[in-house]
Parts: sequence; C-alpha cells; structure tokens
Amino acid sequence: RDSQQAETERLSRWEKWRRTSSKSLKKALSEVKGLSSYLVLWRRDIRSIEGKFGTGIQSYFSFLRFLVLLNFIIFILMFSFVILPTIISTFGLFNSTIAYIPPKNIDVICTIYKPSGNKGLVYFYTYLKDLLSGTGFLEVTSLFYGYYSIDAVWISIMRYNLPLAYLLATFAYLALSFLWIIKRSVEGFKHNLVHDADPFQSYCNKVFAGWDFCITDPNAARLKHRSLQYELQTDLQEEKLKQKIAERRLEEKLRIYSLRIFINIIVIAILSGCFYSIYRVTVFSQENSNVSIRNDTRTNLVNLLVQYLPSMVITLANFIAPLIFAFLIKFEEYTPAFEIKLTLLRCVFVRLANIGVLLFSLWSQISDCGSDKCKPCGYNYKLYPCWESDVGQEMYKLMIFDFIVILAVALFIDFPRKLLVTHCSCKLVQWFGHKEFEISDNVLEIIYGQTICFIGTFFSPLLPAIATIKYFIIFYVKKIVLIHTRKPAARPIRASSSNFFFLVVLLIGLLLAFVPVGFSIARIPSSKACGPFRNFNTSWEVIPDTILQFPTGLQQFLFGISSEAFAVPFFVI
Amino acid sequence: AYKRFSELLPKEERENACSARVPKSQILTLPELRANPFQHRICHVFSTSETEDGSMSFEDFLDMLSVFSDSATSDIKSYYAFRIFDFDNDGTLDRKDLEQLVNCLTGQGEGSRLSSAEMEQLIQNILEESDIDKDGTINLAEFQHVVSRSPDF
Repeated sequence: RDSQQAETERLSRWEKWRRTSSKSLKKALSEVKGLSSYLVLWRRDIRSIEGKFGTGIQSYFSFLRFLVLLNFIIFILMFSFVILPTIISTFGLFNSTIAYIPPKNIDVICTIYKPSGNKGLVYFYTYLKDLLSGTGFLEVTSLFYGYYSIDAVWISIMRYNLPLAYLLATFAYLALSFLWIIKRSVEGFKHNLVHDADPFQSYCNKVFAGWDFCITDPNAARLKHRSLQYELQTDLQEEKLKQKIAERRLEEKLRIYSLRIFINIIVIAILSGCFYSIYRVTVFSQENSNVSIRNDTRTNLVNLLVQYLPSMVITLANFIAPLIFAFLIKFEEYTPAFEIKLTLLRCVFVRLANIGVLLFSLWSQISDCGSDKCKPCGYNYKLYPCWESDVGQEMYKLMIFDFIVILAVALFIDFPRKLLVTHCSCKLVQWFGHKEFEISDNVLEIIYGQTICFIGTFFSPLLPAIATIKYFIIFYVKKIVLIHTRKPAARPIRASSSNFFFLVVLLIGLLLAFVPVGFSIARIPSSKACGPFRNFNTSWEVIPDTILQFPTGLQQFLFGISSEAFAVPFFVI
Repeated sequence: AYKRFSELLPKEERENACSARVPKSQILTLPELRANPFQHRICHVFSTSETEDGSMSFEDFLDMLSVFSDSATSDIKSYYAFRIFDFDNDGTLDRKDLEQLVNCLTGQGEGSRLSSAEMEQLIQNILEESDIDKDGTINLAEFQHVVSRSPDF
C-alpha cells in the first residue's frame, strides 16, 4: 500500500482521477451485483441447504429452481401468443372478432365432436373426477387443444393468424429450452473437462489442493472432511480393484464376461416386459374408458382407476426397475465408479423409454386403420374425434399422478419412517434406518415430469403453468423432507459433475420430446373436428400455406434459406 | 482489513493497533480460520514473532490476506502452501508431514482417519506422482511443479 501511495503521488492529476473513478466504479458494480443476487428466487433457502448438506444436494435444488423458471418462461410464451388472443377474442375485448373458416373438401363425418361438457345437473363428485382425469368439463376449457378451434382473430384491423402462432410458439418453446439447457451445460462441461484432465495427478491434486479455504461453517467443514475422506478411500479402493482385474486369469475373465452377458440379457428382458405391459395397459385403458363414456355401465371410481392405469403402471415400473438394476449390478463386478454410471444410465433409459412406449401405443390406437376405420379422415375418427385433446389428457393425467405420488411418498413413507426409527428401538426397525436423500433418483423423477411437460405443451397449452406450480410446491416439500428426515449421506457427490449430468439427461429428455411432437405435427393428420388446424391436412401445412400467401420475392428468399445447401451450415455454426 | 484486525484486539489496545500484536487464540476466532484444519500452521507461518507463539501484527495479518487473495500469483501461493504443509519446519515434505496433512484433511475424529494400509498406499502414490528425484521427500521445487499442474489450487 505504501508503494502504491508513493506511486500515486508521482502521477498526474488526470491519472489520479481515472484511478479513483475506476476504483469507485468497481465498488459500485460489486454492490449492484450483491443487490441483484437478492432478486434470485430462493437464494437464501438454497444457501442454507448448501451449508448444511453439501453442494451435491444443493445442485439438486438449483436444478429444481431452473426448471421452475424454464416452465414459467414457456408458459409466458404460450400464454402471450396463443392463450391471450383466444381469450381476448372469445370475450370480445378490444373490438376483436373471431373468424371461423368453414372446412372445405372434408367429410362431414370427421367433424362430429361432442365433448361431454356440463350437461345440466351433475354431482360434485363428477367435477372431482373430471379434474383428475381431464375429461368432462375440463376438456372444453383452454387447458386442452380442442378449445383453440379458431382460425383467425381480428383485433381492430389486424388479422392474427392463430394456427400459425400456435405452431410457431411450439417451435419457439422447444428451441428456447434447447438453447437454455445447452448454455447451462456448457459451463458445467468446461469444468468437467478441466477436472478429468490429468488422471496421473489425481492424488496430489486431492491432497494438496483439496481443502476449500472459503468454508466458514463448522458443519460444512465436517462435510468437506467426510467427502475428502470418502474420495481418497474410493480412489484407493478403485486402484486396488484395477490391480486385481489386471491379475485375473483367463477362466476368471471368461466367467465374468459370460455372467455380464447373461445379466444384460436379463436387463433387456425386464425392459421388454415393462414396455409390453405399458402397451397392453394403455390399449386396455383407452378402449375401456371410451366405451364407458357411452354406456355408463361402470361405476365412477372404477372408471377413474382405468383411466389412471397407464400412469400407475409407468410409476410402478419406474420404481421397481432401478431396485432390480441396483441388485443385479453387484454381480457384474465393475469398478465402483462405472457401477454407478451404468445403473444410472439404465434407470434413465427405463424412465424415458416408458414415456416413449406410452406415446407409441397411443399413436397405434389413433392410427388403427384395421377395418377401414380411418378412410374419410386419416385417423380413427370414431374413437378419437379430437385426438390431440386425448393425447393432452394422457399427459395431464401422467403429470397429476406424478405429483400425487411425490406428495404421497413424502407424507406416507418418509415421515412415518422417521417417526418409527426415532421412537421405536426394536432391532428390525433400526436396521431399516433413516432414509438417505438419493439425489439421482430424485433428479430422474423430476426430469421425467419435465419430459412429460415438454411433450404435452403442444397438446395442452396450460401444462407449463401446472408444471411451474407443481415444481414450486415440490421444492418446499422436498426441503421439509430433507431437513426432517435425512441422515448424513455416506457418499458425498461432486457438484460440478452432477450438474452437468442432470442437464445432459434433461437434454436427452428434450430430444426425446422432439420426436412425438414432430411426428404429430408433420405426419399424423390433424383432427378435423377441433383445434386450430382443422383446415389443414397436417399441422405442419400451416407454414407452406402462409408462405404461399407472401409476395413472390419473399417466397423465393424463404425457399432459398430453407434449401439444404444453406440450412445445414447455418445450423452447424 | 484494518477494521477486521482492530476488532480482534481488546478495547484498550485499539488505539495503537498498528504496532500491537494479536495473540493466536484471538486470530483463530476469525470465521475463515475457525473451520480450517490448517489454522495453527497458518498462524505459525505468517507470524513473525520471536517467541514462536503464533501472534500476529498488522503487517503479518496483511501478509496473510494478500497471499490468500485472488490476485496473488501462483508462485507466492505455492511457496506459502509449502510452508504451511511442512509441519516439522524442516524445508521438505517427508512421510510424516504427508501423514499429518492427510489426517488434517480427513478430519479429527477417530472414525474419520484412513487406516494405516490406506495411508501407506496413499503416501506411496503421492510420492510416486510428485517426487522427481526419488529421495522420499518433496522439496519446494517439486511441490511447485506438482501444484502448477493441478487445476484446483
């Protein structure tokens, strides 16, 4: 400081002023940064969780916060471009009117669609059932695709092309989610790359540079000690295991490889069993719930159960499969790090593929053209006059059921478990022990929910709002469960690599969501009885139609852009 | 920084804080040092007192802060880190120093130390990675070399 002071005396006044102003600017900037961090949602909660439970668990909660924000932004997008114009025009605000273009060249039989809305006197119980299953009065609200059967909205003199807006909003939210996830994962990726750079140095790195000198809380310090100890111990164990593997004789190797192949076959068999059962159950549920709408022969509760059957089977499969995988992988004798990765990979695959199978079975039902059922319209119009709403309903049911399961597990399993363990001292219960907060399981659960949201938003524009509220509530539920029932984990996980892993799996879920949405837009004929795309063959046709209405110069330009020679390098860059 | 330092002094001595020395017990109450397993070593390394009692004057305090700040160069940091890790002050990190270092890292309780076999294996690995002249100890140059390649430091 003395030398700096001496130096400043020698400088000219201009230099002095510049120096002081840059110093005060820096100070002001850091104060603004400090203030703006107050605006971040849940900043204090997440900090306290980090201090008490470590960065691994904190990364789960930051991820949850990210999803809340993402869903909220998607909802704002859909709201402003799709829902708001519809509401404005329906209620005639701002001098707006609706234009219904009568369908041309379409068989009248395709346009018969009678959703069972409120018909006179209904029991209150029916409302509840409808709320849970998305049928009845909920089907005709703006929750589902079928509400938006408007072709254009006239606001004063401006013509607002609703079908185009709907389609573009869908593309926009998919692209936005994609870009945002990639941006977040790039930061994690760089960190990962640096971390794994030099395997030869790992011990020195851990020992000499392992302590985080910024820790001030004794609890956090204890956690850090434990995580360092655990990391060193696992590294040493892995090294011993690698030595053992290298020393294996030929017969041992043969035995282990054949065992691994056998176990992989078992895994594949289990997966196919899951998929097949989901397929059968979806078909069963669709057939029976449709029939009962007409005949009303079943009691309401059974009907509700039948409707929720696919959700229940999927949740059951998502719960059992990871347990089986964790059990089987012990026999395969991999190194611990690889074990963890492989189990996680398998669990991710199960969860995402289950959704895929559900959609596939729905699609097969919709396009079931066995005995000329779809001749006039291109899809099974008798059972599904408005098939997009049906798909939306399935996604809605999945989401609601997922939410109910998470709440129920928290209420009925975690708390009683804690009560049992702390108050009852019999040996069996003590052996059961406190529940650990399994980060990967919890994360996969919310990624599963988010994938459903990505897929379902096209069919049900209010779904992101439901997802936002759902994750908001889940944050608080999980936080309470964590604080009251958690036992310190034996396996502290590194936060940077987990963050990257969560984002990668979310990205996989998003890419998986592209497939059914793209398929429905481009290949499956849109319903003629409801929705904004009634007058088009497929939903995608809105775009070529609109382009053809532009002046020819613009058309040429757009064709030029979309030609492959231009588009591919553009996307690559 | 001056404010923090003077807060550590008892009320009477605050007037001439520039020349007073703060005893080690007071320094250890700083939040950053409280949870740090190397607290004692840090005090000893930065203290310039002749009686080796770990007390620090204001210049020592400033030294410590400047070395730990983000703007210190890697050379300075690694030099001081070496001195901090050198528990017996002999100028090299030998097996005993490394053992004490690892014990500090893993925690003070009984159940949190590595077993002796694991400790042996770990020290063996560390020496393999960093001991270039194979003399069984790590001197300053070897330490600086290893640290310059580690991303976490």
